[in-house]
Amino acid sequence: MTKLNLTRRGLIKTGAVAGAGLAAPQLLLADGHAGFTNAPTGSTVTLGFNVPQTGPYADEGADELRAYELAVEHLNGGGDGGMMNTFSSKALQGNGILGKKVEYVTGDTQTKSDAARASARSMIEKDGAVMITGGSSSGVAVAVQALCQEAGVIFMAGLTHSNDTTGKDKKANGFRHFFNSYMSGAALAPILAANYGTDRKAYHLTADYNWGYTTEEAVRTSTEAMGWETVAAVKTPLTQTDFSSYIAPVLQSGADTLVLNHYGGNMVNSLTSAVQFGLRDKQVNGKDFQIIVPLYSRLMAKGAGANVKGIFGSTNWHWSLQDEGSKAFVKSFGTKYGFPPSQAAHTCYVQALLYADAVERAGSFNPCAVGAALEGFEFDGMGNGPTLYRAEDHQCFKDVLVVKGKENPESEFDLLEIVEVTPAAQVTYDPAIFGGDLGTCNPGA
Amino acid sequence: MLGLNKKDTNLLIIVAIMTMLAPFLLNPFPEGSALAQFNAGYPDLMQRFVIFGIFAMGFNLLFGLTGYLSFGHAAFLGVGSYAAIWMMKLLTMNVIPAIIMSIVIAGLFAVVVGFISLRRSGIYFSILTLAFAQMSYALAYSVLTPITGGETGLQPKPNDPRLLDPALADGVTPRAGLFGLEMSSSTELSIGGWVFTFNAGYYVAAVVMLIAFYLSIRIFRSPFGMMLRAIKSNQQRVNYTGLNSKPYTLAVFVISGMYAGLAGGLLVAMDTQVGPERMFWTASGEVVIMTILGGAGTLIGPVLGAGLLKYMENILSKINKGVIEGWFAWAPDGLDSVLIYTVNMFVGKQWHITTGVIFMLVIIFLPGGLVELGKRGARVFRRRDRKGLGLEPDAAKQRNAAE
Amino acid sequence: MEAIILQFLNGLDKGSAYALIALGLTLIFGTLGVVNFAHGALFMIGAFCAVTLQKILSLSKVTIDPTKTDFLGNPAKVKTPYVQEWFGPDVGAFIIDWSVPLALILAVPVMIAVGVAMERGLIKHFYKRPHADQILVTFGLAIVLQELIKYFFGANPIQTPMPEAFKGSFDFGAAVGIDPNVIIYPYWRLIYFAFAMVVIGAVFAFLQFTTFGMVVRAGMADRETVGILGIDIDKRFTMMFGLAAAVAGLAGVMYGPINAPNYHMGMDFLVLSFVVVVVGGMGSLPGAVLAGFLLGVLESFASMEAVLNTLPGLNQIIIYLVAIIVLLTRPRGLLGRKGVMED
Repeated sequence: MTKLNLTRRGLIKTGAVAGAGLAAPQLLLADGHAGFTNAPTGSTVTLGFNVPQTGPYADEGADELRAYELAVEHLNGGGDGGMMNTFSSKALQGNGILGKKVEYVTGDTQTKSDAARASARSMIEKDGAVMITGGSSSGVAVAVQALCQEAGVIFMAGLTHSNDTTGKDKKANGFRHFFNSYMSGAALAPILAANYGTDRKAYHLTADYNWGYTTEEAVRTSTEAMGWETVAAVKTPLTQTDFSSYIAPVLQSGADTLVLNHYGGNMVNSLTSAVQFGLRDKQVNGKDFQIIVPLYSRLMAKGAGANVKGIFGSTNWHWSLQDEGSKAFVKSFGTKYGFPPSQAAHTCYVQALLYADAVERAGSFNPCAVGAALEGFEFDGMGNGPTLYRAEDHQCFKDVLVVKGKENPESEFDLLEIVEVTPAAQVTYDPAIFGGDLGTCNPGA
Repeated sequence: MLGLNKKDTNLLIIVAIMTMLAPFLLNPFPEGSALAQFNAGYPDLMQRFVIFGIFAMGFNLLFGLTGYLSFGHAAFLGVGSYAAIWMMKLLTMNVIPAIIMSIVIAGLFAVVVGFISLRRSGIYFSILTLAFAQMSYALAYSVLTPITGGETGLQPKPNDPRLLDPALADGVTPRAGLFGLEMSSSTELSIGGWVFTFNAGYYVAAVVMLIAFYLSIRIFRSPFGMMLRAIKSNQQRVNYTGLNSKPYTLAVFVISGMYAGLAGGLLVAMDTQVGPERMFWTASGEVVIMTILGGAGTLIGPVLGAGLLKYMENILSKINKGVIEGWFAWAPDGLDSVLIYTVNMFVGKQWHITTGVIFMLVIIFLPGGLVELGKRGARVFRRRDRKGLGLEPDAAKQRNAAE
Repeated sequence: MEAIILQFLNGLDKGSAYALIALGLTLIFGTLGVVNFAHGALFMIGAFCAVTLQKILSLSKVTIDPTKTDFLGNPAKVKTPYVQEWFGPDVGAFIIDWSVPLALILAVPVMIAVGVAMERGLIKHFYKRPHADQILVTFGLAIVLQELIKYFFGANPIQTPMPEAFKGSFDFGAAVGIDPNVIIYPYWRLIYFAFAMVVIGAVFAFLQFTTFGMVVRAGMADRETVGILGIDIDKRFTMMFGLAAAVAGLAGVMYGPINAPNYHMGMDFLVLSFVVVVVGGMGSLPGAVLAGFLLGVLESFASMEAVLNTLPGLNQIIIYLVAIIVLLTRPRGLLGRKGVMED
């Protein structure tokens, strides 16, 4: 037996019985061979799905996991193939990845960076995962991305919206399909100008942590460029549950627009309070008072209930899109689970497929080869129109949706309506503006 | 030996043997078997066992000896972690300065917090420590972002100054090491169907834990420890005898804070990343749970409690429905779906339920924690002739590892 | 000036939630000597009484409408709530609209049952155990309870809106004839405040003016002597636990329309409510109420823009800062008694 065959656990799983006959203890160094971490050697390959299963984002995590299970089914040739049929690259055969059956392990990020890293490390060290994907916050994404860089596996980010993930904290082994704060601002601003005019006075409430800062910054810059004035920007603690003391002073400030740079439970509560205080029924400066939520998700919209009606925001993807890719995905997801997928589910499903496709095209699971195959990769048929995985920062550039809370929902899922599909060119930016250093890819062992 | 009596020496030796053999003991199931899911012998979890063991040990010095229930101990762990990562960013990726600095800074922080909080006792003391920890968490998450990295935390970057280290080759990720020995490097030993992983970082952490454990025995057995127990049983009487108890409680509070800082520094040494959630009140609550679960006031209890809690967190949460379906593939139709439904309620995304139920069961039926389980077990096996204190926790640990 | 009045209102409103939870905690601690970390979970269960009732009232008859399609293109299922079937669309919709106030009626027996079951089944065995054990076992219970709720209702918040009649806000300025649109406050939050005052008043009156309350107060002061007098104090204490659970539950039901209930709302309030109780002084009912309102008001002032511009991050730590200052200047909190929970 060559040295290369002995150490990888994937092989040991399958070859252990045969090897047991030899029974002689073999001491193996875990690095310096095989070329890269956790190179799959048997007939299977293991992917690690690291999503929040406990804590406030557990429902989003559950939806991500559903999407991954669907993706695995499709990759292994089961189901109706979903987006594999509409994907512009035809490298995937439905016979696993490079002929190896796809298996997966799951873990709980708890939306805490420590727990997420512990879970990711157990997947890499114990289960031999060759790729880690998932997550529902930027803190977790940045932490796990750095870990994957060190360990030498690919990280395909889940839902993470902060500029930092592919900005100042970008890493060569990490890739993000989801959009970011900058794109939200750039996509929203023209729509806001068209609907609400160019002489608005905005009041920002911002979640007091990194994602909040980048979102506030993005929305401020792009709205101020159109002529809006920012009256005030107040930071609210992440752990805040009752936003009344932040909402109440808004009317006195002379502002006529409220921007809620909040996500998840924060957004549900702050929006509920804002509507309770009757802000939306008021007139200020002779204009109807308006509320804006830069980042929307259907799960949040569901949590906020009727309060979202008529409120603008942006989103990465929505199930009501009518392109072939989206329709195929909604059909296979809806048939399997009985309800339409969320944007978190969509981005995770797409990430899994993109990874598998890149491996097929590269002909290897080596993270450097996979990274090279993803860099600069242009594709279509995944629900967001023609998309580019930019080589400079590993960020996807694609159309961004501007949406509005629907006034008369027809079903319990029909909460948002698409106002505008902002073309990718309009949200593209210079990769240098956020700093950071991609480094070079690390194949690990 | 080393100034310990026979019983304590035995205990120390047993703990040393167990920690050194942990890669074997924690991997009882062959690779690829269905039960391999329950193996805990991979570097990350082994490291966490010993590091949180140190954390709980330090907490126990305060709580077990003096009865002062700190509800903000995670703050010292967090501060230690931040100190360590800054040493790695500014000075060197060698773990020694990072660990020393984490102990020093956490100790200084403990002097301040302890000096103020120890002016009160009972629940008032608990709330004061909680208040300091929550303030540290909230500020680290928000306005201190320039120092702490906020939500996304801090990691060493290739372009950090690192005055003592030679410049990194282009594209090389900085890795924590001990004079060239990388903490993440591992050697694997394969015997038959089993694979055992020996990780450099784990052994560094384990040696540190043994030193910390030795010191904790010495403190327990010292006149100083005696004095602390006197404070626990009746602080007023101690004061009436003309002794000022404050310096003693402050001293042990600071020592305990330094243990927490050491744990924080080691966490960074093993996995170079800090986030503020490390200081959230639930993290402080966790160390209370570990200590009481294992047995407060005992030497080995807190380490066992830490092990049990981290084991549940890391192993149960990874059991998903697919895994359970694999287990019950043998069951006839109907029965298997009942079994899968039932088990699924307690693992994967519901792993919190299991931990909650186990806390309750242990607290209700084993007021002395896991150590009491060991004692009762020892009684059942009629090993009264060998009353060596060290053997009982050993039995508990073996059982714990086997569970 | 208006800003200060407004924040004062906010403070009273927040304070009423804090005070209600702290009141229940103190009742339990004062009577039974038990530190109950599951009290937040009781608040959460109360809120989920409203969620459950809303779900029951919205149980629907499903019919297939071939003229419409669902998101997969299949014929759409149309749901008509049974209450609308039985009582006609208008009355049915009215009943569903009023599910939160109706839930108050459901919550009282449910919460008393939960409270009594908790006391008899678990807490009873912990009277003589150390406080740390009490904290841990009730914390374990809180985790189990909240995870069970998560298992059945999910992690996402679920809206329990107030009845249509109470939507909107009251304009104080317009009412007294000064600038309109400046001091406005939502009706439901005003109702919450009034509700809190009524509950707090009722609890105090109950303890002050009934024989039962007198015995309980005597038991709080000296349990042993009351027992020697031949009074079955245990039974009364059990009922007090039920009462405290009901107070927490009602506070939870009424809180639903303010912030959509989710499974971790109890944990969110837990630490805060303990700080309130301790700042008020362990075992002191007036102290708990006073501290609840004090911290609510201070928290509101700390969130003003002018304050944050001078002291950034003050809103993050104000509660804890106040707790430290109070405990250092008044060793047993605002109105605490000597010797309670000091060892």
